[in-house]
Amino acid sequence: MTWVTRAALVLGLGFLYAPILVLIAYSFNASTLVTVWGGFSTKWYGALLADAPLMAAAWVSLRVALLASLIATILGTLAALALERHGRFRGRALFTGLIFGPMVMPEVMIGLSLLLMFIGIGIDRGLATIVIAHATFCTGFVAVVVAARLRGLDRGLEEAAADLGAGPLRVFLTITLPLLAPAVLAGALLAFTLSLDDLVIASFVSGPGSTTLPMRLYGQVRLGVNPEINAASTLLIVLVSAFVLLASWLTVRRSRA
Amino acid sequence: MAETPALRLRLEDLTKRFGTHVAVDAVNLHLEPGEFFCLLGPSGCGKSTLLRMIAGFETPSSGHVRLGDQDLTALPPHRRPVNMMVQSYALFPHMSVARNIGYGLKGLGRGAASARVADLLRLVRLEGFADRRPETLSGGQRQRVALARALAREPKLLLLDEPLGALDRGLREETQAELRAVQRRLGTAFVVVTHDPEEAMMLADRIGVMEGGRLAQVGPAAELYRRPASRFVAGLLGDVNLIPGRLGSAEAGDSRAVETAHGPVRAAATDLPEGTSVVVAVRPENLIVGTEGLPVTIADAVFLGDRLRRTLRLPDGTLLRSSGRPGDERDLVGSETRAGFAAAAAVILPA
Repeated sequence: MTWVTRAALVLGLGFLYAPILVLIAYSFNASTLVTVWGGFSTKWYGALLADAPLMAAAWVSLRVALLASLIATILGTLAALALERHGRFRGRALFTGLIFGPMVMPEVMIGLSLLLMFIGIGIDRGLATIVIAHATFCTGFVAVVVAARLRGLDRGLEEAAADLGAGPLRVFLTITLPLLAPAVLAGALLAFTLSLDDLVIASFVSGPGSTTLPMRLYGQVRLGVNPEINAASTLLIVLVSAFVLLASWLTVRRSRA
Repeated sequence: MAETPALRLRLEDLTKRFGTHVAVDAVNLHLEPGEFFCLLGPSGCGKSTLLRMIAGFETPSSGHVRLGDQDLTALPPHRRPVNMMVQSYALFPHMSVARNIGYGLKGLGRGAASARVADLLRLVRLEGFADRRPETLSGGQRQRVALARALAREPKLLLLDEPLGALDRGLREETQAELRAVQRRLGTAFVVVTHDPEEAMMLADRIGVMEGGRLAQVGPAAELYRRPASRFVAGLLGDVNLIPGRLGSAEAGDSRAVETAHGPVRAAATDLPEGTSVVVAVRPENLIVGTEGLPVTIADAVFLGDRLRRTLRLPDGTLLRSSGRPGDERDLVGSETRAGFAAAAAVILPA
């Protein structure tokens, strides 16, 4: 590596991650003032635990992410199976578009359209509506990850199982699903992370008493940044990074096998 | 191993069309119980599609697949008493060798199933490999696991699609003999698909040559070699000289005259009408250099130990190949002589 490429690498990574590193560093700031370094301290992490509204928001986020990623994983996997294993059925192109649409549509539009739908059919906004909204836009991501793996899966394996007397359900449970498991898990982790991250869509479809962690953080920042926010953000970053790394590791490991 | 009841496979007018392309064209074939049959043909001739229709992975456009008095045509693959082994082996990567082999034995009790797996491991000489994963095995070992797995359910018929295609040359010949021995021992009918004529001749009791979706000719290797029904079959099974000519008048007896550009020759009798454009097919070992026959110039002579291979040039420049016993190699390259053949050793084919 020449010094030019090394410098380019440092600059590029710095551009991407310096703000986050600053945020993490200041979460260990002993001073109450965000911009003044007052020595190392972990007191803000302690303060987090004592902040009841923040903990409540975290609990909401966690439940939403778990439920939404579960639903998105099931629907996304089924969608991938339909796309990859059922040939050229009628409306396949339309179905593909509908699955992948939410991935590229502006979040504001998804949030707004879902809000209008919930009002239209008279569902009270709350935890359930956030779960539905998150499941909707996460399904496409799961479908993409699972479909990619399914495309690489040798059809001969499923045929061999059928040839050995296994009916369609046994083939799916003993061959397709186990070989697909890493991709399904990676898709689930991705969905979980996306749900945990989301601010825009949740803002549209949440109701009283169902404030998610990103919503709470954003609300507090508008009143002024304090080191406690930095600590909460740091925890969120660590959690999300861990999940994304795990998901990509699962995907890479599988494609090598 | 239990006796497999003798059942005859019958294909009746079996046809498969993909859009306008006819992959398999009205194939009729009867297989004897316990027979080792080989479908031979170049890639794209429809042999794999035919095999996949017997296994149930392709639905025939028309026609029937029958086994004994059972019509298999409408049955899905998992209900057919037929098993298939493919070139890639399709071993389940997430299962051990023993679980791969035992996959089809779900109906059996646990004890009976593991006893059967042990039997099969012995059959393919992989006793110590029960707990290994497929990716840790060599190509030859994987091939044997695939064979054991395909035999586990005691199929009435075993289909093998290029079973030796993924092995290197030395291993192939060894495995051919092994496959043949396993087939003899079990008495199960085998249908092997291959593009390698030598492999077909090595393995099969009978060979079915496929060309363009049709069965061009069916018979034992020796019959296809000596009495090919077309130029395609003649060329597929070995070296052959094709001498063009026009068919003489019909006559009684076992031979018939053909007028070539270089003089008259005689070959085995045919029903084709007088005046037809034909080729006379002669194997190199039947083309004898001597005092009789067509005028030729010796273009080349190569001593190969057990035989002497000569390249002969007809007056119009066409090259013929002759393979004879060494010892009479006195004739010099460039000398003019004659090359002939016995009428019974030559076949008249439509040009």
